[in-house]
Amino acid sequence: MAILLNRDTRVIVQGFTGKIGSFHAEDMKRYGTNVVGGVTPGKGGQTHLGLPVFNTVKDAVRETGADASIVFVPPPFAADSIMEAADAGIRFCVCITDGIPSQDMMRVKRYMRRYRYEDRLQLIGPNCAGIITPGQALMGIMPGSIYLPGRVGIVGRSGTLGYEAASQMKAMGIGVSTSVGIGGDPINGSSFRDILELFENDDGADAVVMIGEIGGSQEAEAALWARDNMKKPLIAYIAGLSAPKGRRMGHAGAIISAFGESAQEKVEILKEAGVIIVPTPASFGEVVAGVMADRTKAA
Amino acid sequence: MDIHEYQAKELLARHGVHVPRGGLAYSPEQATYRAKEIGGGKWVVKAQIHSGARGKAGGIRICTSDQEVSDAAEAMLGRKLVTHQTGPRGKLVSRLYVEEAVDIRQEIYLAFVLDRKAERVMIVASASGGMEIEEIAEKQPGSIIRATVDPGAGMQQYQAREIAFGLGLENNLIGKATETLLGCYRVFRDYDASMLEINPLVVTRDGNLMALDAKMSFDENALFRRPEISELRDKSQEDPRETFASDRGLSYVGLDGNIGCIINGAGLAMATMDMIKIAGGEPANFLDIGGGASPERVAKSFRAVLGDKNVETILVNIFAGINRCDWVAEGVVRAIREVGVNVPLVVRLAGTKVEEGRRILADSGEAVIVADTLAEAAEKAVAAWRSATMKKAG
Repeated sequence: MAILLNRDTRVIVQGFTGKIGSFHAEDMKRYGTNVVGGVTPGKGGQTHLGLPVFNTVKDAVRETGADASIVFVPPPFAADSIMEAADAGIRFCVCITDGIPSQDMMRVKRYMRRYRYEDRLQLIGPNCAGIITPGQALMGIMPGSIYLPGRVGIVGRSGTLGYEAASQMKAMGIGVSTSVGIGGDPINGSSFRDILELFENDDGADAVVMIGEIGGSQEAEAALWARDNMKKPLIAYIAGLSAPKGRRMGHAGAIISAFGESAQEKVEILKEAGVIIVPTPASFGEVVAGVMADRTKAA
Repeated sequence: MDIHEYQAKELLARHGVHVPRGGLAYSPEQATYRAKEIGGGKWVVKAQIHSGARGKAGGIRICTSDQEVSDAAEAMLGRKLVTHQTGPRGKLVSRLYVEEAVDIRQEIYLAFVLDRKAERVMIVASASGGMEIEEIAEKQPGSIIRATVDPGAGMQQYQAREIAFGLGLENNLIGKATETLLGCYRVFRDYDASMLEINPLVVTRDGNLMALDAKMSFDENALFRRPEISELRDKSQEDPRETFASDRGLSYVGLDGNIGCIINGAGLAMATMDMIKIAGGEPANFLDIGGGASPERVAKSFRAVLGDKNVETILVNIFAGINRCDWVAEGVVRAIREVGVNVPLVVRLAGTKVEEGRRILADSGEAVIVADTLAEAAEKAVAAWRSATMKKAG
């Protein structure tokens, strides 16, 4: 089992024939992802990497039966591409693009609400590393080799910090059911809470690791939701202990601007909600191993 | 990206927001000339820096004669103004704004922000203007009015009217307030702002509504389509270390410690800085080299980090996904040979092409301290920094 992505998911690549799109499409195929085609306006009818290219997402969906898309379109046009996917009946979209204007994302989120909840596109990102279900499929830019298939879910804002966590877990022999990068932008598709809910309902995950950072209130909201709704253990780390107030730390969303947005304040809120805290970014492996060992003993 | 008060007022005035008459000055002579041009007998001379709380720091002066205007300008120009928002280094005053003084009857707080939770533009207003919003939230929380704008439909007349009535404005000011609020919204939307604060928006004795101050920030991701905003950038108001880095496409934030950091990914960068702190050191900077970094880019990162004279040790931490450890290693070796690194250097590589990267470092024969894990990297960096500073002191 897995969330959002498995070996049967039929994936198209938006921005398929560009340098970045091509590179990662090939990498995704190599990992085992069921890539069925791609979209580049004006190049419809061509074949790229042995797969059909379409002018529009609607054409691609009609011809290939795709149900998921990954967006590698440059920032000025990325929001448009997400809305195109939503309107073409794509159910799951990963947007890798970094640098989309906030007002464009506001419009995307509003646009998605044109559809009933059951028919609505689920968006991951933008400005994220993507999603991987180890051993099955990869929709993103992460190195597949650092993930061991297993039973712990990972959800985080940062790509590389997620790699750090997964590789520490691998070193302890702990595998990952699915790892999701929700991205570092202030307005994003899926929140921590959205992904926690999916993991809670997934038979393939026994525990969840949440990797948050300074800025915004999504970690706190997720923790409160977990306190009231989650039976699986939630383990969390918050990056940015040494970040000063009012300075943006790389990610557009990583800025302490209000009460409750610093790493210390978030850790306090999480602790109070019963979340297990990873005290340093070097102790992901140890803490998760401890939690999994306790579960085995209890069972 | 921040802009100056006078620039924000120019944008607002073009969209129907009333502002006091004023003019820009670069010298005391120009300041007195501006005062004459404006006329009347009372002016405000305001230092143009990217910071609030200028008044308390001596950056705003009320003057009643030519001489006073000239003296105020003399006192401010060319100086660094330190406010509680600028940090101890302060910000250089090289422009002044001279404005007619207006008689104030009431002060209102008004702001437009990007609300992350609602994922919409939010309007925040209070009849208790003049103080900072944090202070209003503490002393007069009941006075704060909030409204969000549907991004599909835009701000509606009734929303502006509700806020105007909510502020307790008299009937004859409701029309003006509505116009002001809608004008602010249009500026915010049309120029991709991320923050617009008017504090105070005042009701004048003669029954006008005017923005006495204006602060604006813009979404850097949207500058590609706002050339008229990009032009307003004033590099003299930025940390020179950050300007150097951002002009080279690097994401850099200067801090006050001694251990320089070169890392890929914002989250890993923050986590590495945390780890340095836990190991007993202080990071000198945040630096994300981004994805697909070439050896040239890595070498440039060294220049940016070493541009900070406080740096006494450098820690490179790369977990390569779309990056390649061999390119990073080549960049490290190149930096040592071309830039010159005369402080201890700790390098931790992981991920794509890690074996090749480690081999390049080992074969180079350069004095690089290698670490395998994040914890080891931070500990070795702090230890190297300690022994280097001890040597210096001894």
